[in-house]
Amino acid sequence: MRGFLLVLIWALSPGITLAHEDHHLTVYTYGSFASEWGPGPRIQAAFEATCECELELVAVGGTDDILKRLASEGEDSPADVVVGINADRAAIAEAAQIFAPHRLLQGRYDMPLGWHHALFVPIDWGYVSFIYDKPRTPSPPSSFRDLAASEATILIQDPRSSAAGLALLLWVKAAYGDESEEIWRDLADNIVEVTEGWSASYGQFLEGGADMVLSYTTSPAYHVLVEGDRSKAAAQFDEGHYMQIELAGVLTTSNSTDLAHDFVEFLMSDQVQALLPESNWMYPARMPEGGIPEEFGNLISPSRALFLNPSTAESLREEALREWLAAINP
Amino acid sequence: MAGRDQSLTVSGVLAASLILILTFGTLAAVGWRAEGAGQLGPADFAAIRFTLWQSFLSATISTILAVPVARALARRRFPGRGLVITLLGAPFILPVIVAIFGLLAIFGRTGVLSEISRAFGGEALNIYGLHGVVLAHVFFNIPLATRLILQGWLAIPAERFRLAASLGFRGRDIARQLEWPMLREVLPGAWLVIFLICLTSFAVALTLGGGPRATTVELAIYQAFRFDFDLGKAALLALIQFGIGGTAALFALRIALPQTAGGGFDRTVERWDARGRLSRWTDVLAIGLAMIFLLSPLTAVFAEGLRGIPDLGAPVFRAAVASVLVALASTALALLLSLSLAHLIVAMGHRRGGPLLEALGYLSIAASPLVVGTGLFILIFPFVSPDYLALPVTALVNATMSLPFVLRSLVPALREVESRYGTLSESLGLGGWRRFRIVTLPRLRRPLGFAAGLTAALSMGDLGVIALFAGPEQATLPLQLYRLMGAYRMEEAAAAALLLLALSVALFWIFDRGGRADADA
Amino acid sequence: MLTLESLSLTQGDFTLTADLSVEAGARVAIVGPSGGGKTTFLSLIGGFLQPDRGCILWQGRDISRLSPGDRPISMLFQDNNLFPHLTAAQNVGLGLKPSLKLSPEEQDRVDDALTRVGLAGLGGRKPAQLSGGQQGRVALARVLLRAKPLVLLDEPFAALGPALKVEMLDLVKELVESSGATLLMITHDPRDAERIAQQTILVNDGAVSAPVDTATLLRDPPDALRDYLG
Repeated sequence: MRGFLLVLIWALSPGITLAHEDHHLTVYTYGSFASEWGPGPRIQAAFEATCECELELVAVGGTDDILKRLASEGEDSPADVVVGINADRAAIAEAAQIFAPHRLLQGRYDMPLGWHHALFVPIDWGYVSFIYDKPRTPSPPSSFRDLAASEATILIQDPRSSAAGLALLLWVKAAYGDESEEIWRDLADNIVEVTEGWSASYGQFLEGGADMVLSYTTSPAYHVLVEGDRSKAAAQFDEGHYMQIELAGVLTTSNSTDLAHDFVEFLMSDQVQALLPESNWMYPARMPEGGIPEEFGNLISPSRALFLNPSTAESLREEALREWLAAINP
Repeated sequence: MAGRDQSLTVSGVLAASLILILTFGTLAAVGWRAEGAGQLGPADFAAIRFTLWQSFLSATISTILAVPVARALARRRFPGRGLVITLLGAPFILPVIVAIFGLLAIFGRTGVLSEISRAFGGEALNIYGLHGVVLAHVFFNIPLATRLILQGWLAIPAERFRLAASLGFRGRDIARQLEWPMLREVLPGAWLVIFLICLTSFAVALTLGGGPRATTVELAIYQAFRFDFDLGKAALLALIQFGIGGTAALFALRIALPQTAGGGFDRTVERWDARGRLSRWTDVLAIGLAMIFLLSPLTAVFAEGLRGIPDLGAPVFRAAVASVLVALASTALALLLSLSLAHLIVAMGHRRGGPLLEALGYLSIAASPLVVGTGLFILIFPFVSPDYLALPVTALVNATMSLPFVLRSLVPALREVESRYGTLSESLGLGGWRRFRIVTLPRLRRPLGFAAGLTAALSMGDLGVIALFAGPEQATLPLQLYRLMGAYRMEEAAAAALLLLALSVALFWIFDRGGRADADA
Repeated sequence: MLTLESLSLTQGDFTLTADLSVEAGARVAIVGPSGGGKTTFLSLIGGFLQPDRGCILWQGRDISRLSPGDRPISMLFQDNNLFPHLTAAQNVGLGLKPSLKLSPEEQDRVDDALTRVGLAGLGGRKPAQLSGGQQGRVALARVLLRAKPLVLLDEPFAALGPALKVEMLDLVKELVESSGATLLMITHDPRDAERIAQQTILVNDGAVSAPVDTATLLRDPPDALRDYLG
């Protein structure tokens, strides 16, 4: 009977909450970051080796899921640090008033654009782009207008559920402003499917579901370094490419504030920054001493880095969503 | 009612109130919340259009394709016919998400048909979008339509076929004079039942709808909820969904709906016109094609599932345990509710309240689980974090959703027990709970077992309200399977699908079997 | 002439055998205890059952392989002789064309047939709006129109009252007399047999005997018939 009860508790509990103490740090992040093939476990091992503490990584989901979870937990939240907040949703995260100012010196990042924010620290970043298969698509489109005029089919992610999907929306907005609705109307017939998450559309692309898939310029590096496959490439767009930045922040409700800030600082260390490219497949926010794998040098480098600061992104988001929904539902 | 039945009456009234709260109460909550909600955008109108259009197509195609299959089954007797008819009942306990996994393995981009097409230099198939949704609905509803139409065929008195034969009718004349009038009577009801089912089929739209362009109203509720956390919008959409479902249900009440539960399928009708080679081959073709269409996805689930078993991870097993517990809880709840309600319905007889109460039990057929879920969320959200209640709420909603099926099997059985043994029991002074325990319950074992099996299987396979409520770490097995498919971990998904299928069938079998064991005639 | 040549059919432990012939134009009653095989016998001739052995000849032609509708036969059953969803006129019209696509001239013939059985003006009614006797008349009107040389009756009027039944049998007699058709009718009332059938066939325990003169048979019934008549 007791065994049954234990199974019951194990199955029904939405994550067992452990005691708060200064030797325990709980980090909320998204699934692939915490997964065994993501950077999470290695960061955890490295940090635990220096901090004399226990680090718990909890895979909660995207920025919205994390915020929702934190809102429902309120003061009782076991979380100390959040890793993986999407810069495009940083304004919402800030408005929740649950993040404490970080303790790092500003301005020491190696990104195409500067980043200044009191609460959030960038840990890595990437350009969104369309990935194609070189043998199958010998001449990929070179701009949104080019893509819209072509017969090329694309798989994208829903901007309401996916960070890359939202980045695409803001990419078009940043590049075309008031003309973006027209761009979307022209693109509508190129879109094969809109998936909820990135994995579903990327998986479908690899199976031949479309000519191109919305992902990051760094994705081809994965295929080369892990699979030795040089057939995938990112299509370079003349408008420039939108930057998606991933942030970390410390919660005001943390009971281990110092440890939490130490962890954020640790995230910016060479040790962690050096392992991000080959585990999270993004560019590090700060270039580590030993540099990053050579293969990243072979990737396309956009002519222009497009980015909307969090408050602009937030103010444009709803309108952009409405335009997008209307355009793809003729 | 006499005083001794007081406790049964009280429990009946309690059950009825709970059902009222779950249906109209949640709807009221939704309505209250929807007030002041934003305007509907073009995407929402597109969702309404898509919902109606895909249901229309699905219902039409399913009923049309079912006609030749039903005709073949009505006029042929062959070894395995009983098995074919049993299989036609299987979609009731087949989890939607498992079937979709199977359909993807056959009709998907890397599925069998795409491979064949590519081998001949053709294009791969794309299952996502309108045609995928319709395909899945047709897969699920051809069996139902076939059973409904087959019943119509078998309801034509054999003597009429004899008379037709004596008058020298050819196949075409029989079709015009006998079969077409029957079909004209049966098809609208069958069509409407399927239309109604497709209106509220969330899991199919969630998995095969191709993003915003193939979004149903229910999917839009889910998106407003999960993506935007826009309760007002979700509530407004929920009202629209209830409006559509309610209107269809009202029509359904006016057209005599066909019954599926009844047996009597083992009969065939002697047909003197169908001895020709051509008609024999068309029948073989109809049954053969239908079986291939229905069995190949399931075969794929088996084949790929067995291969994927080593990939199964702890989250899948955890989800499986949660699912079984939810299924058991919702079964217990559904039986409790419907037994109480059935007692009250039978006790009230044909007085004004009786039929009204019975209608109440069937109400949830029109209510979409997503609507009930939205309402519950609005009611619960201010007090408790929904994360913690995801599984209990799922059990509750699943129990409500299976009430129509359970009542349909219990009420007639209970009526019979009362009319046959009521006087005897009364003369022996058996009343109230004692009568329930000694007389009623043992006599109801079979329908109870069947209803429990059906409820457990339905709940086991449900992917509806759990998708609204579950936190990222929580899942029932169907939700976990959906997540694995979304993450493109197909090997593990295959094994999870097989596990889910096995658990659903096992639950149904155990309950149904339990009802039959030692049940005296 | 209708000839049944060493006909036999076995169903479970019941075997029916017949070896006899009936003159063309004769009116023959079929009598015998229930369960003796009267309906089976008629169904064999009608083509609803296939014999294990033997054959059925009509005017020298083997008809035992033909489907029911292709045989030169009109048959009325105990019940269900009309389609309830079709009007009386449509039910009669089926005797001309199962497709019911009737030319104006064929419509007239339907009306004539209805008039001859005393149903003028009632063609638009459905069976449920007609009395039992009227329903029988509709079925007879169809027999008339089909004009098949063999008419088989499996007690179609058994459910009617005695007076009405006599009326219907007289109508049957009149119709077959004028068309010259051969009539085989099952009955359990010897008075019916006497009234319209010159000859009678006795069917008892699967054995079908050859037709004999009705009056003679009833005057000196064999044991089996005597037991049955009581």
